[in-house]
Amino acid sequence: MEKLVLTEEETMLSDMARGYLDGAAPVAKLRRMRDAGETHDAALWKEMADMGWAGVLVPEAQGGSDMGYAAANLLAREMGKTLAVSPYISTAVIAATALRQVADARAEAALARIAAGEATYALAVDEGIKFDPEAAQMTARADGNGFRLDGKKQFVVDGAMADRLLVLARTDNGLTLFDIPADRAGVTRDRSNMIDARDAARITFDNVEATGEDVLGQVDQAMTVLKPALMAGQGALAAEMTGLAAGAFDMTVGYIKERKQFGIEIARFQALQHRAAHLWCEIEVTASAILNAGRMMDADPDSAALAVSLAKARATQTATLAVQEGVQMHGGIGMTDAYDMGFYMKRARVGAEWLGDYSYHAEQVAAARGF
Amino acid sequence: MTAESTPDAFREELRAWLEENCPQEMRDGKMTEEGICWGGKNWQFTSQAQKQWLDRCAAKGYTVPTWPKDYGGAGLNRAQEKIFHQEMGRINARKPLQSFGIWMLGPALLHFGSHEQKLHYLPPIARGEVRWCQGYSEPGAGSDLANVQTKGEDKGDHWLVNGQKIWTSYADKADWIFALVRTDREAPKHKGISFLLIDMEDPGVETRPIKMISGISPFCETFFTDVKVPKDQIVGEENRGWDVAKYLLTHEREMISGGGAGLSGGGRALGAVIKDTMEGLTDATLRADAMRCEVDSLAIGLTLERYKDQAEAGQGAGDASAMLKYMGTELNKRRHELMMTAGGSDALEWDGPLGNRAGDWLRTKANSIEGGTSEVMLSIVSRRVLGLPG
Ligand SMILES: Cc1cc2nc3c(=O)[nH]c(=O)nc-3n(C[C@H](O)[C@H](O)[C@H](O)COP(=O)(O)OP(=O)(O)OC[C@H]3O[C@@H](n4cnc5c(N)ncnc54)[C@H](O)[C@@H]3O)c2cc1C
Repeated sequence: MEKLVLTEEETMLSDMARGYLDGAAPVAKLRRMRDAGETHDAALWKEMADMGWAGVLVPEAQGGSDMGYAAANLLAREMGKTLAVSPYISTAVIAATALRQVADARAEAALARIAAGEATYALAVDEGIKFDPEAAQMTARADGNGFRLDGKKQFVVDGAMADRLLVLARTDNGLTLFDIPADRAGVTRDRSNMIDARDAARITFDNVEATGEDVLGQVDQAMTVLKPALMAGQGALAAEMTGLAAGAFDMTVGYIKERKQFGIEIARFQALQHRAAHLWCEIEVTASAILNAGRMMDADPDSAALAVSLAKARATQTATLAVQEGVQMHGGIGMTDAYDMGFYMKRARVGAEWLGDYSYHAEQVAAARGF
Repeated sequence: MTAESTPDAFREELRAWLEENCPQEMRDGKMTEEGICWGGKNWQFTSQAQKQWLDRCAAKGYTVPTWPKDYGGAGLNRAQEKIFHQEMGRINARKPLQSFGIWMLGPALLHFGSHEQKLHYLPPIARGEVRWCQGYSEPGAGSDLANVQTKGEDKGDHWLVNGQKIWTSYADKADWIFALVRTDREAPKHKGISFLLIDMEDPGVETRPIKMISGISPFCETFFTDVKVPKDQIVGEENRGWDVAKYLLTHEREMISGGGAGLSGGGRALGAVIKDTMEGLTDATLRADAMRCEVDSLAIGLTLERYKDQAEAGQGAGDASAMLKYMGTELNKRRHELMMTAGGSDALEWDGPLGNRAGDWLRTKANSIEGGTSEVMLSIVSRRVLGLPG
C-alpha cells in the first residue's frame, strides 16, 4: 500500500483542484444557486468532466482518467472546502464504481458516458429515515422476461436532476440493483426542499417496467455490485465532509483573528484559542483516516470496509464539531443567512445522514474489531 | 540487497528468530508495572525469562531497533520497523526493555551528542544496564519550564550544581539523571539553561519518594547540594540546553501519546480488553462509548503512522507532537474511565479480581499533565500551528 503521504501527483491534483474551485465554485456560487432555486449547474459539471473529474474512476479505455480512490477523495475534499455543487459523488464515484463491477459492453458504454459528462446518476436506496440498504422493501416483481418495479425511495441525492437512477429492489430471492433512465414511464420525482440547497428527491415507482438488460450485475445479488459502490461513496463523502470541516475552520480562525472585543482581537482569548486548537487536532486526525480509506480502496477494496467506516464516522463527528464551533465563535453574525457559515452547518448535517450516520459506521467499526 | 526491497525476507527471518528466542512467558503483552522491564544497575528481574528476553534482544539490537548498530541498535529502516512491531504484536510479545533512556535521552543524544558521548552513553541504555531519569520540573517551574532555578556555577573543570527538582519519575531507582540547570543567570530565561548529565551516586544528590493517588510512588523530589559535574557531561552547547530540552520533549510527547492510540496493550481492540472481564458489551451506553473510543483510537493510530511516513518523506511534522500528545492522552483517560465502568464494583478494589485496574486508571490521570499539560499542548497548537496571537 502507498504510504500515508500525498504523492507529488496527488499534491498537484489537489492544488489544481483548489485553484479551480476557488474561482468556479466558491460558496458564493452555492448562495446564488440557492437564491435562484437551482440545484444543478450543467456547465460546471461539463468543465469538471473536461478536467477528468467525472471519469476519475473510469478506466482509460472508456475515456476516463482512472486516478483511483485516494485521488477521488482528494477531489471530494477540495469540493467540500468550498461547498461546490455537483453530482460528483453520485455519478463519478458511486455509479462509476458500481458499473466497474460489471464487465459487459453495456456497463462499459455507461462508464464512457459518465467520463464524458454525458450522463449523471443518482443512487436510490433509502426508504426509511435512516440508511439501511438491506432493509429495502420496494419490489421488483418478475414479469415475463422482465420486472415490474413498485415502491418509494427518499433522500435520493441528486435524484431530481439525474439522467439515470440506480435503484435497489427486492426480487424473489434477494435484492437486485437496476440501472434505469429517470424518465421511464411510471417514475415520479418530487424534488425535496433540502436544508443544504442541494439536489435530492423523493421518488415513486408505479408499475415501472424493467428488462433483464436493466439489471446491474446478477439478479438477487445486488450487494456484490452495491457494496463497493457504497464504500466508494462513503469514502468520498467522508473526504468531502473533512474538506467542509477544514473550510469552516479556516473561516472561523480568519474571523477570530479580525474580530475585536474588549479592545483586542478575540483570538487572544485562551478560551477560544484552545477550542480552535482542539478542532484543528480533530481535523488532522480525521485527515489520516480519510487518506487511509482511499489507500485501502485502491490497494485492497475487499478489506476496505473498516477503513471506510472509520473515515465516515470520524468525518461526521469532525464536521459536526467544526460547524458548531464555527457558528458559536462567530457570535451573532454566525446565525445570519447573510454570512456563509450557515451553509457549512447545513451541508454538514445532510452529509452526516447520507450513506450512514455516525452510529451506523461506528457499529461497523465495532463489528470489524470484534465487539 | 536491502531489506527494504525484500520486506518479506526480513519478516520471515524475524519470525523465525522470535519463535526461537522469545520465551513463552514473555508473550502476554503485559504493559502493567510488573510486566515492564526497566533495567538499570539495581534492576531485579521478575523472572529468568525476563532477563533472557532482554539479553537476547539487546544482542540483536532489538531493544532500540531503529538506533544505528554502532550505538546498540539494529539499524532498522522505517519499513522494517513497522514489520518489527507487527511481528512483536502478532505473538503478543512484551517490550524487552523500556526506559527514559530509550524514549527521551537516546533521541536527544543521537541528535545533539558528540560521537564520544553517543558511544559512551547509548550502548548501556540499549543493553538495559543504566537507567535514566528526567530532571526538568521544579517547584516553581512546571508549565513554565524555562523558569528552572537549579543553578550550575562554572568552576573551571566542572559545574557546581545546587537546587531542587520535583516529580522526577523513578529518581530513586535511576542511575543517572538528565537535568536542566541554569548556568547563566543574566541571560533571558530560555538562553541561560544547560542540559547536564549527572550520576545519581555523586555526593550531594538525594531523592525522596512522593506517593501518587494511585498508591504507588514512582516519583520523587531530587535535591542537589554542591554536586560536582564534569564539563564533558553537557549535551549540546553551554546555555543552549533549551534546544535539547525541547527536542527531547517532542519524543516524550510522542511516546506518551502512543498509549491513547491503543498501541500499548499489544494493539488489541478495546472491546477485547473489556471483554476479558465482561460477558460481551450488553450495556448499550457502554457499548456506544467503547465504539467511540475505538473509532478515535484507530484514527489517532493512523495519524501516528501518517506522521512517521511524512517524516520519512522529509516533510517534518514540527509541532504536531503536541497534537498527538493532547489527543492520545485525553483518549487514554476516556478508555480507562470506560474500563472502570465495565469493571463495576470488581474494579474498585486495590488488587481485587481485576488486578490493579483502579491503579492503572488513576495513573492515566497524569497522562495529560506529565510531559506538558493538555492546556499547554493546546497553546502550542494555537500559537505555532494556527498562528493565533500570544
Ligand atoms: C506522573 C508524573 C510524572 C512526572 N514525571 C516527571 C519527570 O520524570 N521529570 C520531570 O521533570 N517532570 C515530571 N513530571 C512533571 C510534569 O512535567 C509537570 O507536572 C507538568 O509540566 C505540569 O507542571 P505543574 O505540575 O507545575 O503544573 P502547573 O504548571 O502549575 O499547572 C497547573 C494547571 O494550570 C494550567 N496552566 C498552567 N499554565 C497555563 C497556561 N499558560 N495556560 C493555561 N493553563 C495553564 C495547567 O495546564 C494545569 O492545569 C511528572 C508529572 C507527573 C504527574
